[in-house]
Amino acid sequence: MNGVPVALDLRRDVGRWSLRTAGHAGRFTFLLFDMVRGLTEWRIWLPRMVEQAVNTGYGSLFIVLLVSGFAGAVTSLQTGYQFTGQLPLYVAGGVIVESMILELGPVLSGLILAGRIGARYAAELGTMRVTEQIDALESLGRSPISHLLLPRVIAGLFVIPPLIMFADTFGVLVGWVTAKSTLGITDADFVYGARYFFRPLDLWYSLIKSYFFAATVTIIPCYIGYNTQQGAEGVGRSTTAAVVASCVTILLLDTVITKLLLG
Amino acid sequence: MIELQHLSKRFLDNVVLDGVDLRVDDGQTVALLGPSGVGKSVLLKHIIGLIKPDSGDVIVDGLHVPLLRRKELAELRSHIGYVFQAGALFDSMSVYENIRLGITDETCYRDDGYCTDRVRECLRLVNLAPEVAQKFPAELSGGMRKRVSISRAIAGKPKYLLYDEPTSGLDPVNADVIDGLIERLQQEIGVTSVVVTHDVRGAFRVADRIALLWQAKIRAVGTSEEILQSKDPAVHQFLERDLEMAVIQSESDDGSHV
Ligand SMILES: Nc1ncnc2c1ncn2[C@@H]1O[C@H](COP(=O)(O)OP(=O)(O)OP(=O)(O)O)[C@@H](O)[C@H]1O
Ligand SMILES: [Mg+2]
Repeated sequence: MNGVPVALDLRRDVGRWSLRTAGHAGRFTFLLFDMVRGLTEWRIWLPRMVEQAVNTGYGSLFIVLLVSGFAGAVTSLQTGYQFTGQLPLYVAGGVIVESMILELGPVLSGLILAGRIGARYAAELGTMRVTEQIDALESLGRSPISHLLLPRVIAGLFVIPPLIMFADTFGVLVGWVTAKSTLGITDADFVYGARYFFRPLDLWYSLIKSYFFAATVTIIPCYIGYNTQQGAEGVGRSTTAAVVASCVTILLLDTVITKLLLG
Repeated sequence: MIELQHLSKRFLDNVVLDGVDLRVDDGQTVALLGPSGVGKSVLLKHIIGLIKPDSGDVIVDGLHVPLLRRKELAELRSHIGYVFQAGALFDSMSVYENIRLGITDETCYRDDGYCTDRVRECLRLVNLAPEVAQKFPAELSGGMRKRVSISRAIAGKPKYLLYDEPTSGLDPVNADVIDGLIERLQQEIGVTSVVVTHDVRGAFRVADRIALLWQAKIRAVGTSEEILQSKDPAVHQFLERDLEMAVIQSESDDGSHV
């Protein structure tokens, strides 16, 4: 008796969901095209981009270093806990450096920046949408893409990869100091271990990831904020959605990139 | 010339505009009256293409607005000034930068000297002191914000001006200043304008023709005399209530002078 309406409901929900997803995919692609086309208007986005880059760069440095520092320390402690007595100590050097550069630095920084930069972009653009500031910009014949979106996205692409590199380095340093003081590993052993496991590809891999993550935590929140609807609640919804979508995308990309480059 | 041809727009089940025809000849000012929520702002947004019609056409300066490509639309918009009902000032920028963004000609926009002069001039036209330029929108009163948004709309010396309730929330003196400005822009530069307003007195003062938007249609349109002599009960109902208000208001104005 109940089966039919439930099945219908489900089918309708799935249908609606697919339509919405397709709609988003379409609009997102259009936005990407528009952004590429807007690149020619560098006179407009360049000065605003510099402003954004300085703001987001300085603003995010502390939190990114904090997180990577703790990650380095914890990796170091856990390596000690798991391997002491079973493997030679210098392995710790390799494990700490590799896990910081390959995974922890980029991913943790990416997730933190989704909260810091992504949430900010979505809230800013969302507020501008619901208070008609974006309409006002368009009414002046000016393009929101080159005035609002491009400066933010390009600033992110400039600032985030270096931030992640700093995070990698800082995490390794803190891990090293921690390993020295708790495991008693010598500098020579640490460096030997780090070199033994290190391949130049690792750095490239980390850099490539950081560019993808930078694009993720800027473009997705800009898209979501730009398409905000309905008042303060809409801005709240956009901000949450931007952070969640960026985080999930980072984790997905992490898997895909790892499979493609290292798998 | 601005021409709306059989314009229709609905939001879900809410039919806001249903076959609206309206024509504003070059150099003319048309006041658009109508009860709250009838769709005046929606109509105005169609003229600069912020809302696309479900059917019908919008022709501005000989161009079919709904069919324009983005570049063409941007070019057309740079000749149209739009005063948003809620101001819509860029709140992370100073008043100076807000008005400067209204200077739509790119060469002028890059010329610092020109912009400083023009911003000062536009502030003067709406009866604001030059010092206001350094403030941020959040530091202004509601009426000042409204006037800054009018400054921004006129900064680019547009051929067309669309005002969404330019005098609501202003004291009578400043409302008069704005009405005077609307008149002057029409007489001296020949700007073509549409003024959405609740202020019937102001509408009679600035407009060549008056249109009443009523239940999704243009119910009446004509010169102020034609409108006043109209036999249409809807027009009467609307005008009388507003004129009564106007009379009460002018009496209280007089009272305050004693
Ligand atoms: N973006 C939108 N989505 C859905 N409905 C809308 C939208 N914009 C306006 N409406 C609806 O259209 C109708 C007309 O709105 P509009 O803002 O044009 O009224 P108005 O005549 O300007 O009123 P007021 O004098 O109070 O400003 C309202 O019923 C409103 O709910
Ligand atoms: Mg309105």
